[in-house]
Amino acid sequence: MYKVLKATFITIWSLFVLFPIMWAITTSFKPESAVVNGATFIPFLEFQPSLIGWKAILPGPDSITNLITPTLNSFIVTAGATAISLIFGSLAAYGLSRFTYGWKNYSNADIIFFFVSQRIMPPVVLAIPFFLLLKELKLLDTHLGLILVLTSGLMPIVVWLMVDFFNALPREIDEMAMLEGCNPIQAFFRTILPLSKPGLTVAGMFCVIFGWNDVFFALTLTATKVLTLPVAVIALNGTVTPYWILAASTVFSIIPLVGLAFVIERFLSRGNLGGAVR
Amino acid sequence: MKKGYPRFFLLPGLILLIAIIIFPLLFTIRVTFSSWNVSQTGLNFIGGENWAEMARDTRYWGSMLRLFYLSFLTVAIQYALGFAIALFAWKGIAARRFFRVLWLIPMMTTPSLMAIIWRSIFTEDIGALNGILSRVGLNPVNWLTESGPANIAITIVEVWQWTPFMFLILLAGLLSLPKEPFMAAAIDGASAWKTFARVTFPMMAPISIGAIMIRLIDASKIFDSVFTMTRGGPGNATETPAAYIFQRSLQDFQIAYGSTLALMYLILAILTLTIIGKVFARLSKPRGI
Repeated sequence: MYKVLKATFITIWSLFVLFPIMWAITTSFKPESAVVNGATFIPFLEFQPSLIGWKAILPGPDSITNLITPTLNSFIVTAGATAISLIFGSLAAYGLSRFTYGWKNYSNADIIFFFVSQRIMPPVVLAIPFFLLLKELKLLDTHLGLILVLTSGLMPIVVWLMVDFFNALPREIDEMAMLEGCNPIQAFFRTILPLSKPGLTVAGMFCVIFGWNDVFFALTLTATKVLTLPVAVIALNGTVTPYWILAASTVFSIIPLVGLAFVIERFLSRGNLGGAVR
Repeated sequence: MKKGYPRFFLLPGLILLIAIIIFPLLFTIRVTFSSWNVSQTGLNFIGGENWAEMARDTRYWGSMLRLFYLSFLTVAIQYALGFAIALFAWKGIAARRFFRVLWLIPMMTTPSLMAIIWRSIFTEDIGALNGILSRVGLNPVNWLTESGPANIAITIVEVWQWTPFMFLILLAGLLSLPKEPFMAAAIDGASAWKTFARVTFPMMAPISIGAIMIRLIDASKIFDSVFTMTRGGPGNATETPAAYIFQRSLQDFQIAYGSTLALMYLILAILTLTIIGKVFARLSKPRGI
């Protein structure tokens, strides 16, 4: 009885997870007639697959948009914001894990909350002031500008994850290094950092996911030069592009990160991820 | 220990974050006391007019109330389902590694793009869902133009997108649990349910709290699904504060008023999340392991 329930649950959940993805993939291969005359599901049986959607987004004579440059932009911006957040965030997290900071009545817990609270701000609120700020700094529509803005949303995640992670690493490790004559900075770089790869990997993955998938800041703070991939697709959506082209471009832009799911799973199964959130 | 070292670690990150955030924050506070829109050059001072208008703005408070149940409901569902599938993927099913990858995928997809796909699923005349319903002989549902179904549609999308986040954090937590308590429970002959209620669940409390807090923070910003699928409609039936603030400040260009709504939203969000955090801390302490 329990086994049947479990199997049913797992089947239903897996179908639910797969359904929108499969729908996006099939739609991307549909000709116009298979979309506008009502829902069709099974290729060859219900509709004849066509490459019309994919031809529109990939380079070639029928191309209506360029998704290659936006892909590069997305890579640069995501990598930049992830790197900055990881470096500054993990240093701060290590400090918060090992030392006691005091300023008036504020304790470490309050400082951690301050970091995390930066995520509460809805992007809608920040869009206009960030726009003015970047304009003043001549950083509008530049990689650096978008990277800095994204960092404010990603560093909180790094601090949140890495404080717990460093707390789980025994203090004896750094104390040992300091007894041998290292100062705390050397101790961090020589003994703690090499042990932190799993934690940094997880934090980095979250940064990549949230950085890559950001649309709002990229939409408001960049125009033509630093168009990111999701924004390029949203722009297509804005011009009432048919669903088969939208589906093809959506599939195109989620492929890089779906690859990341495999990487995460490898870490999980090797047990490396385990320590990262404890 | 010398005083400089602790600062070396904390200050660069803290200063960078404050440097990025301080101007937008101060600017937002200042703008709420003006009637600024993009066409004006300077900032005037009109006192608390925006704040008074906000107090009377039933559409705003309605969206706030909606957000309250929408975020708590979706995060509760995400937690329950995420925990369930994390337990399955932890041990006890075949092809674990396959399912782990599969169940992670929604989190990897861009929410605002998947919202377009979801819109094509829920679209009433040519959408996938009504296509399925009509094939099995059921009546089509007005998923996007009727208040009840539209809210269900938003909930479904949020659960699909973010349950994997809970799943990942909770699975990682489960994988890092020490083995001894489980062996002790097995020696005592505890049933599967008892082991879960007395051992697994309490030991997962700290991780659960962290995951729920982060999800609540992100859920309080629900925007992509609402904006792409229903534009807050029908009427205002699915409008969240983020969508309403977007409407007022970036589409009607009433930036001063939009900022007021946003600042109030920020204050309420921080208050609510602080209280929830305190309650969680108290609940989990005495029972800790």
